Amino acid sequence: MSATTHDAHDAHHHGPPPGYLTRWLFTTNHKDLGVLYLVFALAMFFVGGAMAMIIRAELFQPGLTLVDPHFFNQMTTMHALVMIFGAVMPGFTGLANWLIPVQIGAPDMALPRVNNWAFWLLPAGFVLLLATLFMPGGSPAGGWTMYPPLILQLGDAFPFLIFAVHILGISSIMGSINIVATILNLRAPGMTLMKMPLFVWAWLITGFLIIAVMPVLAGAVTMLLTDQYFGTSFFSAAGGGDPVMFQHIFWFFGHPEVYILILPAFGIVSAIIPTFTRKPLFGYSSMVYATASIAFLIFIVWGHHMFSVGMPLSGQLFFMYATMLVAVPTGVKIFNWMATMWQGSMTFETPMLFAIAFVLLFTVGGLSGVMLALAPVDLQYHDTYFVVAHFHYVLVTGAIFSIMAAVYFWLPKWTGHMYDERLGKWHFWLSTISVNVLFFPQHFLGLAGMPRRIPDYALQFADFNMISSIGGFAFGLSQLLFVWIIVKCVRGGEKATDEVWEGAKGLEWTLPSPAPYHTFETPPTVK
Amino acid sequence: MSDLSVESRTRRTVAKMLLVVVGMFGFGFAMVPAYQVFCEITGFNGFVSLQPAANPDSAAAVDTERTVNVEFVATVNESRPWVFRPETSRLEVRPGELHTVYFVTENTTNRDTVSQIIPSVAPGNASRYLHKTECFCFTEQPFEANQSRKMPVTFFIDPAISERTTTVTLSYTLFDLRDGDAPDFDEDAAGLHSSAL
Ligand SMILES: [Cu+2]
Repeated sequence: MSATTHDAHDAHHHGPPPGYLTRWLFTTNHKDLGVLYLVFALAMFFVGGAMAMIIRAELFQPGLTLVDPHFFNQMTTMHALVMIFGAVMPGFTGLANWLIPVQIGAPDMALPRVNNWAFWLLPAGFVLLLATLFMPGGSPAGGWTMYPPLILQLGDAFPFLIFAVHILGISSIMGSINIVATILNLRAPGMTLMKMPLFVWAWLITGFLIIAVMPVLAGAVTMLLTDQYFGTSFFSAAGGGDPVMFQHIFWFFGHPEVYILILPAFGIVSAIIPTFTRKPLFGYSSMVYATASIAFLIFIVWGHHMFSVGMPLSGQLFFMYATMLVAVPTGVKIFNWMATMWQGSMTFETPMLFAIAFVLLFTVGGLSGVMLALAPVDLQYHDTYFVVAHFHYVLVTGAIFSIMAAVYFWLPKWTGHMYDERLGKWHFWLSTISVNVLFFPQHFLGLAGMPRRIPDYALQFADFNMISSIGGFAFGLSQLLFVWIIVKCVRGGEKATDEVWEGAKGLEWTLPSPAPYHTFETPPTVK
Repeated sequence: MSDLSVESRTRRTVAKMLLVVVGMFGFGFAMVPAYQVFCEITGFNGFVSLQPAANPDSAAAVDTERTVNVEFVATVNESRPWVFRPETSRLEVRPGELHTVYFVTENTTNRDTVSQIIPSVAPGNASRYLHKTECFCFTEQPFEANQSRKMPVTFFIDPAISERTTTVTLSYTLFDLRDGDAPDFDEDAAGLHSSAL
């Protein structure tokens, strides 16, 4: 069936349902839902980003200059919750929705209606969470980790926080069940597991991780809820409980969570680098095994977040060595990407630039992570800006950069138009330079002892904070360019070919650009 | 591969995934007793038994070769208006010797209340070797308004304690159960707390 007849056929019978509102509200189409997820993630990226701007504005100069300290604490807490559960996770889920069916040759996701429900829970959850900003006592301000007893002192916002976490958890669990069920059951004939694109592999494993740890978080916050309102004492020492136990349960979820935020990025980069090097990925199967061994190891390292709680030496040693072990499979991946680029005929379009920056800057974050894994030095780094620098390198230049790379890479397939390459390069260089100005000085601040989550600081930290804030404002403004590039590309531009990129391999590039509303209704055969 | 088989395979996958979800939700809760048992067995986290220990075997068991410094710390949770301090802040003891130390406690509020005092030992791995034969922390302590009293703790250090441990800190935190430390305090809740111990 040629592309043109397929298009005409679509327009008559299987186009989107009529009516703008009903189309987006009731859609069960994986491409529509992918778009909804991605737009939602972009919106939340700006909500969380606005909070970050307030944080950096307050820290621009020492002293309490702009906002009330309590409001500052609300900003740090909400920034984390919005970025993790609103921007990065929905961003990856959106990519999964759009790409997994077309990458494995499936007509849609396995559970289309669950898919719709999972998405629409997200705005509901965020209405609950963001509404707390306008409540007496304000929104959560005790850190996104919700440690008791501090979190129990939160006012009216407390039950809203707990139920928001429940709803967001249910949403991501449903999304993951759908993704896992799709990958396991809907692959085109001949698409064996070891032939799947690495983005699909990464999401299969991420899906399992979400299914395994989100319920643990739900349990932990449920215990907080009953401690607060129903007289239980899970975390109250007065009643025989232990607040440190919350940290164990939370980080049993929390550490796998950080890999939930990065494994799909590994899959994206593994798709982009071979395309623009015009070489197959080096060490495909070792990539799969590395991802699987990471998924195992991350369940036994949670204690590295808790070295300062007074853990016995044996516990510190166990968590320290287990954590350092994670660097081995991660290193395998980094070397595989480098080996893929080695002697390739490389070109540097915007997705490739973001992918290379990812490899470089994620490694910076990985190395500071290895430093934090060392129990004796972690006591010095704990709760300082060194930690802030570390996780922003892995989450911003890691997870967020990979999502941006993915958007540039697949945007022509989604819209049928090429994005503006010149503006894309501008966006890349502005983002990459400003993000380093923003986060690199924070390493020095942390090593010098500046604590995180504090609205004021000692005078010797003033210079680096000002540099960091300038980088922050520049990074924030650069993202407006990103939105403009996307809008411009949706509205028009040079017509994209079916293959889009010269070296692109995979089922999605056999489809016309833009990909029709329904694809692979008769499964393709994979050789 | 017929459509029906894809559907039933999907249904089976979903059922398995839902089982994992329910199982992991339960696992989060199972970590609570597992954690208590683990800490009790290993003494990790400075966990201190709230059961009275038996008296040391005999005077002969006293280790006269060395002494251990025992330090006492008293804290009132959330800085509530109580007086709570050890009469002796530091004691040099021989392992195996029985000692009694008093804590001065006064409820400076004008209300009758109940307190629960929670012990903790540092370093954590010494907690298994500090045995209390009698302690005000074993039960809830009722106080009348403005009542003051001295409360004893009788303890000995197990001679099996590592040679490297020269200082052990016994720390107590006083929780006023009526004053919001235990939410919605009432007699029922007090019963719930004591049974939770
Ligand atoms: Cu971790």
